[in-house]
Amino acid sequence: MSWRAARYAAVAGSGLLVLAAPFLAPAFVTQFTFLWLMIVFALTWDLMGGQLGYNSFGNILFFGIGAYACAVFQRDSGLGYYEALAIGAALGGVLAAAAAAFLGLGILGLRGHYFAIGTLGLGIAAGEIAGGWDYVGAGSGMTVPLFPGALELRSLFFYFTLAALALATFLTLRWLYGTRFGLALNAVRDDEDKAEAMGLYTARLKTAAWSLSAFFLGISGALAGNLIGFIDPRDVAFAGATYGVWMVLMAILGGKGTLWGPVIGAAVFHITQEIFWTYLLGWQRVALGLLIVAIVVFFPQGILGTLREKFPGRFGSKAEVQ
Amino acid sequence: MSLLLDVKGVTKRFGGVVANDAVSLSVREGEIAGLIGPNGSGKTTLFSSIVGAHPIDAGAVLYEGRDISALRIAEIARRGLTRTYQQTRIYGQMPVIDNMRISAPDVKEGILPLFRRAGRASEARARDLLSFVGLYEKRDLLAGSLSFGQQKLLEFAMALMSEPKLLLLDEPTAGINPTLINGLIDRLKRANKEFGVTLFVIEHNMRVIMNLADRITCLAHGQVLASGTPDEVREDPRVLDAYLGAQ
Repeated sequence: MSWRAARYAAVAGSGLLVLAAPFLAPAFVTQFTFLWLMIVFALTWDLMGGQLGYNSFGNILFFGIGAYACAVFQRDSGLGYYEALAIGAALGGVLAAAAAAFLGLGILGLRGHYFAIGTLGLGIAAGEIAGGWDYVGAGSGMTVPLFPGALELRSLFFYFTLAALALATFLTLRWLYGTRFGLALNAVRDDEDKAEAMGLYTARLKTAAWSLSAFFLGISGALAGNLIGFIDPRDVAFAGATYGVWMVLMAILGGKGTLWGPVIGAAVFHITQEIFWTYLLGWQRVALGLLIVAIVVFFPQGILGTLREKFPGRFGSKAEVQ
Repeated sequence: MSLLLDVKGVTKRFGGVVANDAVSLSVREGEIAGLIGPNGSGKTTLFSSIVGAHPIDAGAVLYEGRDISALRIAEIARRGLTRTYQQTRIYGQMPVIDNMRISAPDVKEGILPLFRRAGRASEARARDLLSFVGLYEKRDLLAGSLSFGQQKLLEFAMALMSEPKLLLLDEPTAGINPTLINGLIDRLKRANKEFGVTLFVIEHNMRVIMNLADRITCLAHGQVLASGTPDEVREDPRVLDAYLGAQ
């Protein structure tokens, strides 16, 4: 079998597995659904942190904006469930992207650690604001409309919509990293002053990247809000200490600045976390903390980064030609 | 020959230090101009002032007859005035060939051209320029894994890739193997003749600059000490004093 045919077979096989998974293991549908969400988290974080070199600790903001925007639209639009969800999710994505573009004007001017610290406040501030704003339910949060169908159908619906979102995010980023826009992101990461001195439009590049990241996160927030069924300002929408930190960890675990790294990192992290919950109940947070320390100490380059260092030939890197 | 760059009385202070003190000089279109001076005489500061890396305190920088002293570095680069750095600046985590691709002139037009496929001509030019500086064999290596001298050559190739009208080179031969320096002088002259790039070069190596430049300006303590043809500058007693100390 040729290399090309093997690739097609692998893609077709994975596709079938994705379609069949909820029927093969019905008990785990919700876990799989959250896995797709984690993959969106890691991919969108890596667009900024890995490819552009801007470590954002505030991306959870866009997730929360999407969750609230969609829930408000569902509450007030008067449309049917599916229509309201579809338009609400799109609205969530667009609003999140707009928020990123607006915030980017100020915050993307910060470099390195300053940007990271600047973004750290975003999610916390948003959680406080949402927690005090009656229009979005203030501290008691928001409930979303009930799914019009059986419980099994609901699980399958969210499994497939989040799978589609993860796939769309992955394919968009795969395409993006193949264009010179992707090269320009890497150029800013490697030496922003040089990129500017070469005439690149660095401010627009950074804003575009953050907005794209926010767009997919906004949609994921809209879907996740409906999947969870209840939007708490601090524990769901702007859950910086859980989702907000996990995004960063999953991308680093898998390998920053690679396309597949965040996907692998999300899968490994999510499975490990579920195992901790099942077998180390009561100690799961301690185990998770230790895992995080181990990741940073032993795999600073992430899983893919470490593999690439050990077997450069397999990743298309050429050996030195003398 | 018309003036491509006209620096008029540029002053740049860092706190109490006057790095450039009313410096005036000019570069004519098509020539290779040289800038020499002892360490700390303000050569690199002058380059930064010209390309807009920092605001200047007094004076004006005229490029193609227009005052560019209020423009930012990226806007000046888009008009075809680019510099290279004394400590090389390349994109270390990207392959050498991608460093060239992202330096193509159309990336200066905005972010939409970045979504277009680079033309065949652009790809060919990237390869040709890498051959021109002798780095074609290294095209798939990470730029950060190259030696300092090779990074210097890569930065030069990237600058040529962006098709500048005026290129400011900050010590192009520093860190380059002495046996390669003659080849580099030849390449600088060819870039000037064949690609029509006007060059303005800071250089410490007297043999190099005397061979290369049509006209030379010498700075000392932030001020212009002398300027003229290489022979005139070499014979100027003030220049000899600045380099060797007064007799």
